[in-house]
Amino acid sequence: MNMTVRKLHEGAPAAAAPAVPAAVVALPAPKRAPAGEKLLAYCKMVAANVIPPLLVILFLVALWEMLCSAPGASLPPPSAIIKNSWELIADPFYDRGGLDKGLFWHILASLQRVAVGYSLAAVVGVALGTLIGQSTWAMRGLDPLFQVLRTVPPLAWLPLSLAAFRDGQPAAVFVIFITAIWPIIINTAVGIRNIPQDYRNVAAVLRLNPIEFFLKIMIPAAAPYIFTGLRIGIGLSWLAIIAAEMLIGGVGIGFFIWDAWNSSLIGDIIVALIYVGIVGFVLDRIIAAVGAFVTRGTAAS
Amino acid sequence: MGAYLKLDHIDKTFTRGSASTNVLKEVTLDIEKGEYVSIIGHSGCGKSTLLNIVAGLTGASAGGVILDGREVNSPGPDRAVVFQNHSLLPWLTVYENVRLAVDKVFSGTRSKAERHSWTLHNLDLVQMGHAKDKRPSEISGGMKQRVGIARALAMEPKVLLLDEPFGALDALTRAHLQDSVMQIHAALGNTILMITHDVDEAVLLSDRIVMMTNGPSARIGEVLEVKLARPRKRLDLVTNATYLKAREAVLKFLHERHRFVEAA
Repeated sequence: MNMTVRKLHEGAPAAAAPAVPAAVVALPAPKRAPAGEKLLAYCKMVAANVIPPLLVILFLVALWEMLCSAPGASLPPPSAIIKNSWELIADPFYDRGGLDKGLFWHILASLQRVAVGYSLAAVVGVALGTLIGQSTWAMRGLDPLFQVLRTVPPLAWLPLSLAAFRDGQPAAVFVIFITAIWPIIINTAVGIRNIPQDYRNVAAVLRLNPIEFFLKIMIPAAAPYIFTGLRIGIGLSWLAIIAAEMLIGGVGIGFFIWDAWNSSLIGDIIVALIYVGIVGFVLDRIIAAVGAFVTRGTAAS
Repeated sequence: MGAYLKLDHIDKTFTRGSASTNVLKEVTLDIEKGEYVSIIGHSGCGKSTLLNIVAGLTGASAGGVILDGREVNSPGPDRAVVFQNHSLLPWLTVYENVRLAVDKVFSGTRSKAERHSWTLHNLDLVQMGHAKDKRPSEISGGMKQRVGIARALAMEPKVLLLDEPFGALDALTRAHLQDSVMQIHAALGNTILMITHDVDEAVLLSDRIVMMTNGPSARIGEVLEVKLARPRKRLDLVTNATYLKAREAVLKFLHERHRFVEAA
């Protein structure tokens, strides 16, 4: 009996996942069959998800190293970046005053601007989206305007914003706001318009007042759409802040990149880009997770 | 004073652009308190429109609805509707769906504890107390419809409106629910107006069956009284002469005199 179980465990990984034998062989032999099987299955799942991207990254880094190691290459290879920008990679928290800070502080400054601009966009966007989703007249009046304005590139707003606010900080926040708001408005409006007549009938029979209807029917029913808009919005905000900061200067990851370019520190730029990418990814996942939590049940009706 | 629920010369015409369709014509019906009345007819004859007019979800073009001596023309919890597709709010649990209705209707008159126990009481009434913390997506179609019934009952409506409540269910589940509705009707004495297209269901459950002619301009073709003693037992009725006769009468009306013409 015991023998058979053992055999099964030794045989299964090789048969099921021949591409990644290394990760599975390293497992200690399971003492109790059910627990061991669970652990094995879990490790297999992790291996299947982690190993392919890891291999791709390794391959790409190797390719990059090869291509950029030639004399006269315009971009530095990874090994040179690690050597030259080690301080930046190793300590993101240093602060020597002025603009000479670790990447953490630059990212934090950018995130603060995004937080203010994006929060404003979320509140105003959901409110306006509800208005044009619910009222045909508001939609007829505002929709053409929105459709034109939403195609204006974020940076095109910056000069106007600087002229209006006469200061870089609120100008950058405004650019975030105006960039993030359109997908939020449009998705909220679609969500509100798509509320099933059944829910409206229920609300009518129960005689919910407009505030109750808004809170108990509209917002939950439209939540999946609203969160789609919020997710697109956070992505666009992060895109826009980098560009806006390049122009307004001061502490912020966008200006850091521009500054590095002016100082010909190409390695610093690449390190900063990796940070920007990871932060953008995390922001997107946070909104997605909040959305999944808030809309639990709604989508699976 | 007249009947408890009175449908008085109801006309309904839908207008879209220049085209207008007369759906209902001169529908008049008196329903007594505690009576179970079914409306049967081919699909498209306007029976759902009629129910929506009674519920107040659709306005009548002419005529009106009088409930307990008062004209009603907007929706309200005194005419609770059990919708065909249950219409539970998917983001609320079974309990919360019923509680929403209870809170709305009894917020001024009952304490929080009373509302809580009233919610549970109604869930128990439809045998759904065990699933109170589940979400609608986690329970079967029949169970959803039970919760829909509990929500409607919990409003203590003067009249309960059932819009093809069992139409989307399989035959066995439907039979279970019909039995439940009969028990509830026997216990609480509700006044019930039900839309159906199932002849057996109509005969089994109803005191009276209202047969609608085909649209456009549908009207009440015939009203059949089902003189069967309650409680009614599904199995006993299979050979019951009164039952068979009533069934035959409805079938004859639907399939001989008012055959549904697909092209029309």
